[in-house]
Amino acid sequence: MTTICVIFPQLLGTYGDAGNGLVLHQRARRRGFETTLVSVEPGDELPDAAIYLLGGGEDGPQRLAADLLRESSLSRRVRDGARVFAVCAGLQILGQTFCIEGNDEYAGLGLIDATTKRGVTRSVGEIMTESQGQRLVGFENHGGQTDLGVGVDSMGRVLVGRGNDGAVDGYHVARIWATYAHGPVLAMNPWLADLILEDLLGSKLEPLSSAADLLYDERCRALAS
Amino acid sequence: MSDRLDFRDAIARHATLTVNWVSRLSGRGSGTVLGGTVGMKLSPRLFATLARDRSIILVTGTNGKTTTTAMAATGWGGVVTTNATGSNMPAGHVAALASDWSPHVVLEVDEAWMPEVLETTRARVVVLLNLSRDQLDRANEVRQMADRWRQAFEGSSRHTYTVVANANDPMVVYAAQLARDVRWCDVPTQWISDASSCPVCTESIHFDETGWSCNCGFERPKNVTTRLNDHLSIDGIDVELHLSLPGDFNRSNAAMALSALRQLGVDPSGAAERMSKIESVAGRFSVRRWNGHHIRLLLAKNPAGFAAMLSTLDRDASDVWVAINARIADGKDPSWLYDVPFEQLLGHRVFCFGDRRLDLATRLDYAGVDYVVVDDESELEECGEPVALLANYTAFSDWLARTR
Ligand SMILES: [Zn+2]
Repeated sequence: MTTICVIFPQLLGTYGDAGNGLVLHQRARRRGFETTLVSVEPGDELPDAAIYLLGGGEDGPQRLAADLLRESSLSRRVRDGARVFAVCAGLQILGQTFCIEGNDEYAGLGLIDATTKRGVTRSVGEIMTESQGQRLVGFENHGGQTDLGVGVDSMGRVLVGRGNDGAVDGYHVARIWATYAHGPVLAMNPWLADLILEDLLGSKLEPLSSAADLLYDERCRALAS
Repeated sequence: MSDRLDFRDAIARHATLTVNWVSRLSGRGSGTVLGGTVGMKLSPRLFATLARDRSIILVTGTNGKTTTTAMAATGWGGVVTTNATGSNMPAGHVAALASDWSPHVVLEVDEAWMPEVLETTRARVVVLLNLSRDQLDRANEVRQMADRWRQAFEGSSRHTYTVVANANDPMVVYAAQLARDVRWCDVPTQWISDASSCPVCTESIHFDETGWSCNCGFERPKNVTTRLNDHLSIDGIDVELHLSLPGDFNRSNAAMALSALRQLGVDPSGAAERMSKIESVAGRFSVRRWNGHHIRLLLAKNPAGFAAMLSTLDRDASDVWVAINARIADGKDPSWLYDVPFEQLLGHRVFCFGDRRLDLATRLDYAGVDYVVVDDESELEECGEPVALLANYTAFSDWLARTR
């Protein structure tokens, strides 16, 4: 049994982000894999899970989530082999530091060499990135400017929108993926959901055709024009 | 009464009415916004002047504004000045106030404009229905809005007014608790997930049957004056409430509208009787015809609105239609579909309409709900019974325009 854990959906779930857990769970089950989908709320111990998902949140909840996660077992679990998929505020929390509520700097988990400053303007709108021939489409809404350390790969090159800094979006290091495309980004990009699942389940997955494929094609076309 | 306007304001009011009249004649919409904008350009104080010496109720909140405004206006009885649907910013308010001189006014107000409209109009009562996520791509995050309201009520005001506020929505309580005169309403409120993290200290709020509280001491107000469970009681007066409109949320809206009217001396029982006759509000809840189909139009703009509308659906009816757009007025980000409890539609077959029908279909697919993507509407089979159509803002307008 593979456990998929959504972390603090009440704090980090502003944009329907918990949908990403649902997508992984459903796409695994439809291929015959046994998965369970759980969520953890503040005050509860993190359950043992193969992957943890972090969503987006408003400033106050983001700071609280970071405080709780710094004292949690998440970092140890990731070092022991667990995977993480993070969007938006979650992306910032996994890094070294982030700035919210004016320019106050807060400590992240330091799992990734990435620092987030406050951007000059808020980035709100559709985003499309490209990485090794694959397009990632979604919607971003954040005020961060994230710089990646040496040796930290981004998730893709920005074609539309802003991402980390206008040039690249997110990061992917070993078992951790993160993007500013918030909300149900895995619903809109079934290939990315499957890429993460293959890594998680350690096996090659059969194609799975669904409405999500049509949605992905439509969004790619809409954003290319 | 128009003799109280000086020359400049009289000209500005006249221009407001003329522009709206021309714009209606030329078929360019109802024109309320254009006329109001012109009037305010000609006289910046027109809004305040038109509002002077009238008893004004403002209604704001994420969901139920239009319905509650209609309920308060109808419940008041007689001629009541009120603004047209979708014109809930100052230009729309000016157009409404210019149109007649009734001393009784109910205005629906956009959440972000409430503080300014309250000061300008010197309204007697402000109704705060609820506060939840809606159109986050416009960055009006729930907490920021609650803070903006709180600052408005905390600051000194040029006039006295009463706030009628939903005691079951922690965001509303946070916004209203510093106001000088508040009437708390204990009304059914389904959607609390935007307030699960405390607005005071960000810790988790605990909810149970008796209310809610946080470890920091922030809790549901105890001095509630309006209560609605099996029956309605306002300031100790029992009120019979039998609405034609469906759903618990409409009963909550009615209770708050009655509470507001009570502050202005309107008898709640008579007002409730008048309200009970409302069958639809700006097309919402009405059954209309289109291509041989009978369709009940339901507006649902955000997760809280959807949760409320889903709860009114007939369990036995198999087919439900849902139409989703993501145009500017809807908010361009349909991520919120994943916050809607579509799992409640298990057992139904859902027909997906609108610009973003594939986003909807994908969401339903992951919820395990049977769905049909409608690309060609001419292929729809007719069914005998009215089918419920849940649509978000511009999708609702599209369907209102195409149905009769
Ligand atoms: Zn608290």
